[in-house]
Amino acid sequence: MRSTTLLTVAGGLGFLALWKAIVVIGGYPTFILPPPELVAARLVTGWTSGQIGPHAAATLVEVMLGFGVGAALGLIAGYALGRSSIVARVVSPYLVAAQATPILALAPVLALWFGPGLLGKVIIAALIVFFPVAVSAMVGIRSVDRGLLELGRSLRATRRQVLLTLEIPAALPSIFGGLRIGITLAVVGAIVGEWAGAERGLGVLVNIARGSLFDIPLMFATLVTIAGFGVTLYLVVVLFERRLVGVR
Amino acid sequence: MMTATRGRIDVRGVRLSFARPGIDPLPVLDGLDLSVAGGEIVTLIGPNGCGKSTLLRVIAGLIPADSGSVRLDDALIAGPDPRIGLVFQEPRLLPWRTVAANVGYPMELGGVPAPERAERVASALDRVGLRDAAHQLPGQLSGGMRQRAALARALVLEPDVLLLDEPFSALDAITRDRFNVELLKLWGRLRTTIVVVTHSIPEAIFLGDRVVVLSRRPGRVVADVTVPLAGPRTLEDLDAAAVTSAARAIRAHLDPEVEAA
Ligand SMILES: Nc1ncnc2c1ncn2[C@@H]1O[C@H](COP(=O)(O)OP(=O)(O)O)[C@@H](O)[C@H]1O
Ligand SMILES: [Mg+2]
Repeated sequence: MRSTTLLTVAGGLGFLALWKAIVVIGGYPTFILPPPELVAARLVTGWTSGQIGPHAAATLVEVMLGFGVGAALGLIAGYALGRSSIVARVVSPYLVAAQATPILALAPVLALWFGPGLLGKVIIAALIVFFPVAVSAMVGIRSVDRGLLELGRSLRATRRQVLLTLEIPAALPSIFGGLRIGITLAVVGAIVGEWAGAERGLGVLVNIARGSLFDIPLMFATLVTIAGFGVTLYLVVVLFERRLVGVR
Repeated sequence: MMTATRGRIDVRGVRLSFARPGIDPLPVLDGLDLSVAGGEIVTLIGPNGCGKSTLLRVIAGLIPADSGSVRLDDALIAGPDPRIGLVFQEPRLLPWRTVAANVGYPMELGGVPAPERAERVASALDRVGLRDAAHQLPGQLSGGMRQRAALARALVLEPDVLLLDEPFSALDAITRDRFNVELLKLWGRLRTTIVVVTHSIPEAIFLGDRVVVLSRRPGRVVADVTVPLAGPRTLEDLDAAAVTSAARAIRAHLDPEVEAA
């Protein structure tokens, strides 16, 4: 445990050192690749000056809502797919087709329909979260030990009791696999949605910093913020997983 | 408590085949009759795949027979029944629940309030000698302890009938002997009707008041041997001459391949 944490920290430091080395050896100007310490300083001033905060808040709301909606629908769909092979056979091709359509191509259409507000981003994030969660829930529900289902039947468990005491607990490890992927994709979805048209958000800030402000350190500071969101939210999911799944 | 007359099982003319896609259904039980008196222990023995597990499932109300009937104390069995406790060949514990939570599971499903549940779980665990493992997860237990937990779970609703499907077959011979002795002790106190499937002739004789031998699939009763042992049994009883002749009678009705197993 300790030693793996150390390794993680060492890896991060190695990354920063490599970054710095590339800047120094390559002699890149700040507007191409700013050195890490400059980005770090800009990250701090960006937050203290209130430049990043409102954009970050907008993105966070999009991510959370998109993840919530996408995961909820994914769980329901995954359950239906896992329980009924008829549903699975009829619906699967459409799901896969929808998933194969690049979200990047879909984002402008949604922006056109729903405008630059929150709704379009939530829909994009939800769409991108839906698939991995639905598939993982389906796989999880199907993985329930048939022997345990027979035990439930012999104890006259109701449909609801089977769901709550057998299917969900058995599916949880798999479901959390999907949620882990889903939460990182939710961030991607929100940023993509912002690129297709928005007034606020970290994706918008990246564009502003690169364009009208030409503040490349701020652009990198924004990217760091986005990555930080991804990591933090992922860890929150892992924390829930530890709570709910624990050691088996 | 329980009177010895409760838990009487009557299986009459049970016929059952399993549907198979593309081919004829597989006949598994062929007009099977079996009567078990309340508080009696009957052991079922027969070739592999002859339908022993299927018969237990039919008695437990898990599979409906194609024809024929199963009665428990004169009432038709039409589905799973709380008066019947079933122990499968595998422990089938919920791996994410502690032993205590597993044993309490049937009561939880039945809506027994938590305080009463805890009490009855504790006494069921005592009965099978698992008190100290109450808060462990199944994954942390030995195979024998897991099977005891499964037995405790079957006992917790205080059933009139206990159906055991090769309950100790995964255990080593010595542990198995000990478990069989304990099972008889338990039965001495509870006096539930017990139907137990086994692969071993000595085990069938040691446990059973009667040993019922099934034919090859489709299963029918080909012999019903009363075990000539009275009173509390010990493993040494298995050396008695009367037991040897019972064993010979059983063996005569079994297929040679089983004898070798
Ligand atoms: N649910 C089922 N569907 C189809 N065939 C089954 C099913 N359960 C058991 N069988 C078949 O029925 C036969 C009897 O099985 P079983 O009762 O498990 O035998 P035993 O317990 O005596 O070894 C076997 O040939 C088995 O393959
Ligand atoms: Mg069997």
